[in-house]
Amino acid sequence: MVISPLLLAGVAVALALLSALVSLFSARLPWLLRRVVTPLFTLAGLAALAAGLGTLIQGGVAVTQLPLGLPWLPWGVRLDALSGFFLCLIGVVSFAVGLYSPGYVRSFEKECGSLPALGGFSGLFLTGMLLVVLADDAFLFMVAWELMSLSSYFLVAFHHNQAANRRAAFLYLLMAHIGGLAILLGYGVLASFGDGFAFDAMRQADLSFGWASVAFVLAFVGFGMKAGLVPLHAWLPEAHPAAPSHISALMSGVMLKVAVYGFIRVVFDLIGQFHWQWSVAVLAIGSVSALMGILYALMQNDLKRLLAYSSVENIGIIFIALGLAMLFLSTGHPVVGSVAFVAALYHSINHAVFKSLLFMGAGAVLHTTHERDLEQMGGLLRRMPWTGLFFLVGCISIAALPPFNGFVSEWLTFQAALQAWQLDSGVLRSMVPIVAAVLAITGALAAACFVKVYGVAFLGQARSRHVRRARKVPFSMRLGQGVLALMCLLLGLLPTAFIDLLNAVPQQVLGHGLAQASAHGWLWLTPISAETASYGAPLVAIILVIALMLGLWLLGRGIRRVRRCDAWDCGFAPPTPAMQYTASAFAQPIRRVFGMLFHIDEGSEPQPDGRWRYYLNVRDRAWGLFYLPVAALVERASRQVVRLQSGNIRTYLGWTLATLLVLLWLTA
Amino acid sequence: MSLGELPFLQQLTLVLAAVVLFTSFALLEQARLVAAIHAFAWQGLLVAMVTAIVAASGGYPHLFFSAALTLGLKVLLIPWMLHRLVHRLQLDRHREPLRRPALITMAALALVIFSYWLVLPLVQQELLFTRNIVAVSLAVVLIGLLMMVIRAQAVVQVLGFMSIENGLFLAAVSATGGMPLVVELGVAFDVLVAMVLFGVFFFQISESIDSLDVDRLNSLTERAEEES
Amino acid sequence: MMFIEWLLAFVQALLYVALAPLLVGWIRTLKARLQNRRGPSVLQSYRDLYKLFAKEARMAHSASLLFRAAPYIVFVATWLAAAAVPFVTTSLPTAAMADVIVIAGLLALARFFLALAAMDVGTAFGGMGASREMFVSALAEPAMLMAVFTLAMTTHSTNLASMMDYQLFNDPVLRPSYMFALAGLVLVAVAETGRIPIDNPATHLELTMIHEAMILEYSGRHLALMEWAAQLKLLLYGVLLANVFSPTGIATTTDPGALGLALVVVMFKLALLGVALAISETVLAKMRLFRAPAFLNLALLLTLLGLLSHVILEVGV
Repeated sequence: MVISPLLLAGVAVALALLSALVSLFSARLPWLLRRVVTPLFTLAGLAALAAGLGTLIQGGVAVTQLPLGLPWLPWGVRLDALSGFFLCLIGVVSFAVGLYSPGYVRSFEKECGSLPALGGFSGLFLTGMLLVVLADDAFLFMVAWELMSLSSYFLVAFHHNQAANRRAAFLYLLMAHIGGLAILLGYGVLASFGDGFAFDAMRQADLSFGWASVAFVLAFVGFGMKAGLVPLHAWLPEAHPAAPSHISALMSGVMLKVAVYGFIRVVFDLIGQFHWQWSVAVLAIGSVSALMGILYALMQNDLKRLLAYSSVENIGIIFIALGLAMLFLSTGHPVVGSVAFVAALYHSINHAVFKSLLFMGAGAVLHTTHERDLEQMGGLLRRMPWTGLFFLVGCISIAALPPFNGFVSEWLTFQAALQAWQLDSGVLRSMVPIVAAVLAITGALAAACFVKVYGVAFLGQARSRHVRRARKVPFSMRLGQGVLALMCLLLGLLPTAFIDLLNAVPQQVLGHGLAQASAHGWLWLTPISAETASYGAPLVAIILVIALMLGLWLLGRGIRRVRRCDAWDCGFAPPTPAMQYTASAFAQPIRRVFGMLFHIDEGSEPQPDGRWRYYLNVRDRAWGLFYLPVAALVERASRQVVRLQSGNIRTYLGWTLATLLVLLWLTA
Repeated sequence: MSLGELPFLQQLTLVLAAVVLFTSFALLEQARLVAAIHAFAWQGLLVAMVTAIVAASGGYPHLFFSAALTLGLKVLLIPWMLHRLVHRLQLDRHREPLRRPALITMAALALVIFSYWLVLPLVQQELLFTRNIVAVSLAVVLIGLLMMVIRAQAVVQVLGFMSIENGLFLAAVSATGGMPLVVELGVAFDVLVAMVLFGVFFFQISESIDSLDVDRLNSLTERAEEES
Repeated sequence: MMFIEWLLAFVQALLYVALAPLLVGWIRTLKARLQNRRGPSVLQSYRDLYKLFAKEARMAHSASLLFRAAPYIVFVATWLAAAAVPFVTTSLPTAAMADVIVIAGLLALARFFLALAAMDVGTAFGGMGASREMFVSALAEPAMLMAVFTLAMTTHSTNLASMMDYQLFNDPVLRPSYMFALAGLVLVAVAETGRIPIDNPATHLELTMIHEAMILEYSGRHLALMEWAAQLKLLLYGVLLANVFSPTGIATTTDPGALGLALVVVMFKLALLGVALAISETVLAKMRLFRAPAFLNLALLLTLLGLLSHVILEVGV
């Protein structure tokens, strides 16, 4: 019996819901969370992965209608290649998070009252995300989107006894709803021209350039806010650190990609037109997000906040690739557009995998040392070798270094950008290289950032006592990280195989696949043509490994003869952990050069006991430039509206009469 | 036709035009006054070379005279006069570092792209082989103006003014094979007279407000006088 | 046929490793002569490496496994990047395996591990070297990419062999974009290989070090590998500049005569580049760290002007 991918997807949704239901009982029976709920969660992820793979391999489109929803608008479910790809993404990360959770949530079992919330909302969160990706009409999409936002709100507010977390959760909820409103309005525009809320109806809509631009702007704002594009990103660095670490992994790794899915679905599939003006907007915002994201990440000392800002950077990179795709498609170069599109998709799954891995590592550090501040960490590689190794894999991947996966998607993006010579417009031909230069600098800054993270946290000497005595990391946490590290390696070593696997996505969405990418065999990745550029990923990795083995063997005769000694200390006192470079010291040159982009408050002040205190506060400029003025505007507007509230009943009746008159006049 | 089919001399003019653009960036960003004067002299030399090559390969003999005039004035006489001026005002080691160099460079690059975009319809027509240089010369003019806006030191402002003139001259040479000789001579002597007047002016300014920072001239406004 | 090509590629890689110390020795001798000294012999680097390999390697108490593994990774990554640059012929498959962006990526991998190894011991110097190195490389990356972009806009490829073949098989043309890209790439090469005016490779003052501070704790064979990797990087950039911008003389087949001629020609070009580097190192002084952004911004400006002059002046002539 052949199990259809659609059935598997349904099984995944059902399992996620079941895990949410079962965890309701975990207040009474705390072991339920670890023994039943998380395995269900893991299985849900596995089922989603299988469903996605099945769809991609078969390449078909499966549509069905659920017997739920409104009588004249039942919920439609559609599983095509794009949904299948994102199902794989959700599935892989959920599977790894499910493996990781038992070890992590054990520390929450002391506070039994909150366990149902944790398990329940996690299950609902996964359900929401799966349904968003499977939705075939705006109604189910918005319901699932809302479910996703609300359940993640409760998860962000999980540690609600701290005021900062409450504030972060409120900001998150607020921005999620503003974004949701924008998306809904976008669907409204599409539905009014397409006569219906089903996606099929919206696809048939014939939009003029003006209305299509309105829908595009609404979708861009709505999905961009959820994905975390500058300047609508302020909730990300507040919300992601506040949530428990495995939820941060899900949020940063998966939820942001669901927003990317929404953007692709609405702009590439439903609106269906491409205009170069839109692509310039997307490229501009993507570049700014990428650069600002990584610069802010470099300034952070809180590990999870740093990772959150790094997510802003990577989302910027994904949107740069999407912008390039739109640009080339709108100027009539479908091949290069497909390459850029595949680059965006590849970077989505890469980021999902390595960001979740990094958040899991941060969770492991938090679990064993109760420390999030980089300035207190150090020397953790010795206390947790496996976590250190997997975190290193994550750092190398996110810094886009060969032979891991981050490099492949950056390479593909550069290859697409380098085809700018094909464009007719000279102005565009000079803008695309500038975007590529911004991409290059963000790559280099990302490498600097993750050298800082790994060097300060895992290498060197411990800067505080509780870090020096960190406990062991539980096995399940190591297993979850190991799975993702393996995925990083595979995605980096076999890009041709994976691009072949997701070939159905550009084929269905853009009408043009990327057949030439694997035209020269599984060894060579040739996205445009063999003469233009090729990358032999397995060869590079094999040669690296062989040369390493050779080197170790040639010099191996002395491999045990390494004596230990003191480090160089200029002949003065031996180095103490306090003499090491701190995280803020590492980033100081960059902080100084790019200083104008931040709001830096740095100085030293004398303390009453005669010592001096150095302080450094780096704040996001977006608050002062964007959020506070908008908030002031809203407050002023609402104060004007308050004048309506006079308290007099006759005034209220007067308003009612006036409104009734106006409505009657309008409908006449 | 592609770049490879052009004769060597004409390829050389393209290279020289590109280096002229680089010298205008150097003028814009150079903090040291004496180095800025040298950059201006190099710019003049390159413009003279372009003129000479256009004269040779395009067959405009009067341009040789223009080239010689440019060489004499822009490369030798005016920089020498400026050197003397700087020496007498004791500004030999004067430095005026830019406050936001990255922003200014980006603005200058945007001006280059903008001039390219402006000149595009012009370039479509079949003009001389050097019509692409019109975009570069317009960029030089705009960057010269930007220089006058950004820099506060009076001598540097003069250099900006002169580089505007360089750009206009280059545009004339590359688009239409030079201006009529009478116009050229008139413009050249106008520039010379302007230089002399600048020299006299600077002494007066320096003695009255004891500096050559043009922002200090704000003290001459009525409001400032009321306040003082 | 394929086997011969891969064998030749392997021989070319060995040639890189063998000649890297010679280039550094040549530059050192020239600098000594320019400074009115006799200086060490040109083969001194080989003797230094031989001495280091024979010495015992020692590690600080606080160093971890990463410290031990890093020299190997750094050396192998740099070697692989160098092996992908066509040295004597353009018909080898290594150029197809790794184009310019992959080469930059492999060099970035080497730098990543070098910086991590520097931070491993937990001293102030290591952190300082790592911080400065990542800072300089972050500013140099966009300039390098723009130079590559400018070349790729003309040759429509990022494959180094294709770039060289394009220049060899078309008429020689004077391109302003190439000249600007060359100037920018020279500045980037100076920054990336840690030569004056960004970093002084012969300094003994820890507070002025960038690259040396990162390998301060290494000794014995580990130090030999790190030094050799730095020399390989210099050779890589030299060959890149020499062969990409003036590929005349490089072989396009695997014919032994052509290969021999190509080897002589490229060594001559490298010798000339060595002279230029020695003169610039003698004439210039090392800049302090926060003047490096001005230097690298100049490189970025040059490469951007190269791109713009391509778009404005070279297309649609």
